[in-house]
Amino acid sequence: VSAGDEVILVRWGEIFLKGDNRSFFERALVERATRAVSRSPGARTDTKVVKTHGRLVVWPGEGGTRRAVRALERVFGVSSVSPARVVARDLDAICAVAVELARVEAPKHARPTFKVESRRSDKRFTPGSMEISRIVGAAVVGALALPVDVHAPAFTIGVEIGFEHAFVFAEVVPGPGGLPVGVTGRVELLLSGGIDSPVAGWLCMKRGCALGATYFHSFPYTGEKTEDKVARLGAQLAAWQLEPLRLAVVPFTDAQKQLRDAAGNGRLAVVLYRRAMLRVAERIAARSGAKALATGEALAQVASQTLENLGVIGAATTMPILRPCLGHDKLDTVAIAQRIGTYETSIEPYDDCCSLFVPDHPETRAKLATVEALESRLDLAAMTTDLAARAVERICAP
Amino acid sequence: MDINAKHSMQPEVYLDNGATTRVDERVAQAAMEAMLVAWGNPSSAHKLGVEAARRVAEARARVAAALGCVAAEVTFTSGGTEANAIVLGGVAARAKHVVVSAFEHPSVADAAKALAERGVEVTVVAPEANGVVSPDAFAAAVRADTALAACMWVQNEIGTVQPIDAIARAVKAKAPRCHVHVDGVQALGKLAVDVADAAFDSLAISAHKIHGPKGAGALWLKKGARARPLVFGGGQERGLRPGTEGVPGIVALGLACELAVAARVEAARRMEAQREQLWQAIAAAHPHARRNGEPAHSAPHILSVGFGGVPAEPLLHALEAEGVYVSAGSACHAKDKKPSATLRAIGVPDDTGVIRLSLSRFTTDVEIARAAAAVAACVRKLST
Repeated sequence: VSAGDEVILVRWGEIFLKGDNRSFFERALVERATRAVSRSPGARTDTKVVKTHGRLVVWPGEGGTRRAVRALERVFGVSSVSPARVVARDLDAICAVAVELARVEAPKHARPTFKVESRRSDKRFTPGSMEISRIVGAAVVGALALPVDVHAPAFTIGVEIGFEHAFVFAEVVPGPGGLPVGVTGRVELLLSGGIDSPVAGWLCMKRGCALGATYFHSFPYTGEKTEDKVARLGAQLAAWQLEPLRLAVVPFTDAQKQLRDAAGNGRLAVVLYRRAMLRVAERIAARSGAKALATGEALAQVASQTLENLGVIGAATTMPILRPCLGHDKLDTVAIAQRIGTYETSIEPYDDCCSLFVPDHPETRAKLATVEALESRLDLAAMTTDLAARAVERICAP
Repeated sequence: MDINAKHSMQPEVYLDNGATTRVDERVAQAAMEAMLVAWGNPSSAHKLGVEAARRVAEARARVAAALGCVAAEVTFTSGGTEANAIVLGGVAARAKHVVVSAFEHPSVADAAKALAERGVEVTVVAPEANGVVSPDAFAAAVRADTALAACMWVQNEIGTVQPIDAIARAVKAKAPRCHVHVDGVQALGKLAVDVADAAFDSLAISAHKIHGPKGAGALWLKKGARARPLVFGGGQERGLRPGTEGVPGIVALGLACELAVAARVEAARRMEAQREQLWQAIAAAHPHARRNGEPAHSAPHILSVGFGGVPAEPLLHALEAEGVYVSAGSACHAKDKKPSATLRAIGVPDDTGVIRLSLSRFTTDVEIARAAAAVAACVRKLST
């Protein structure tokens, strides 16, 4: 590392607050960031990630900055990143680089006002942060005659004083925030081809969960294109978790027909399907060490997602069910789907469940006793065991 | 991978030749030779270029022979879609009025919509209930200032044959200067195609419907008919479709045309007999099955059948599980899928799932028997 190098400063937010677990979270973040910059498609082999006081410093390799920034934008736990120049811990050198960056940045803005923000990791460094900002700002004004605006600047020059080097930058790219994938444990996602479930999975990952996914396939009512679509959604989620995602494909047709018949083709059919799905997903979750199930359900988004129904559906399993979309309006979920890249895939027109098997007016106030009475006609344990055993595992690579 | 292995041990039966066909070995060899031996740029002055140009000329002569036109009237394109686009965009760009049938392929139907958005008046002519466009009805939509009329030859979803020559004559009687375009993609190799005395002005064809590769097609444009290019470049294809010639695809198209036309008379007779066997067997098992398109006015290779109360997509997948490949459609909006304008235009009821079984000159009687049995069984299974 030497003055003049192009590096990327990586900041994290919440994990700083986690007390005794801090070093655990930080190690996870270093591991994830390293994975992101060195193993993403087209990655270079000469990258390096080092944790300094309160920052990760990433050497992306020559010419690799933009690609590495894009990779780091997808690392949960990262609050923001800045491509930065390494400078000697010397105010004249810092001022010279700040002027250089401002010269590049200013023409991008119609009204190129700026300010300087400084931060010292090494508090022994003098002068203080306020004074550094004042001196560097004065240098930029002196060289380029740009107006200062400390409240609403067009751009901000950042200066950070580390223990061995200083860093100067003009750009802050937001990261996804959250926690590094894996630190909170493993979750089994019920993944359909729709818009909601991939978003639910993403939100779980954001809170540090590693994901496996289960998909219920109703051939011939759903075709290979639907399964392929779900596998592509799995691959898109895998790109966010930075490791392959195991997708269990459960052949559901025969069970679905039994359940439909048990429900007398009536209004409770959907509740019976959902309960059966949870039972199977619970088995698959247990096999992979997952501690919870996750679904894309949102309160009252469709007729079957009432409080009563969610209660009766959830009673089919003792595992916690995470429903991170619960409070969303549909548009909230769509906005996330668009941002994370699953939306375009989700709206491809391949059915995820045949309309034939869904009653026109599903029950909105299911009662557990009624549902259990319908189910008592079936050997549910055998059905669950059979479905879990016949699940075919696919690996969705990022 | 044998996609069939997962579901069944029996060999596959491919009855989706209306979607695409398997490339004939000889055609693939010719394309390969064009890639590995005659790989020069036909515009180059040296002998590699001359050799490539010779193959293109030879292919053009073969296509011309297959269509019954002169070589100079053939323009190579990337496929049927582009051949249609050149006419819709290059003949009708400044038109006041355009007439199209209601069941054109999207490459014509959507191009006409785009013209309408730019202010061109577009009249759409519905087919009769038997799936055939009437020349009188079509001509009735034509005005003195109609610049372009387009009607496909063989309807791709239901297989009906349009009386294109009668349509073209009726159009010309009313508007002598109107350009009449025919999408002939599903007709070549199945019907007698001879544009020498055609009343229409242009014809689109495609290689991959006649056991050639995807990405190759041609436009026949009658001598004297004018079209403006959609793209600009180095003047290839007399400037109408510039860009370095796709020699492997062109060579393949040429041979595929020659082989298709040479085999046509016998193949059409065989496919027609097989199509009837298939229908008889299906109708025997399911007396309420609906045949779309009047048989007397149908191309030999397409059978469109509807089953009341049976959803089309699951039927397709159930057949797939039996190793039988077809395509499916319906007149209603199944979830997010587009309903078929064609099926709607000929009055197929909303609850009727339709499958298209399309044959090729390589389809065998054994395959037909297997497909018929599979359709009968799958429809029964899904009717419950």
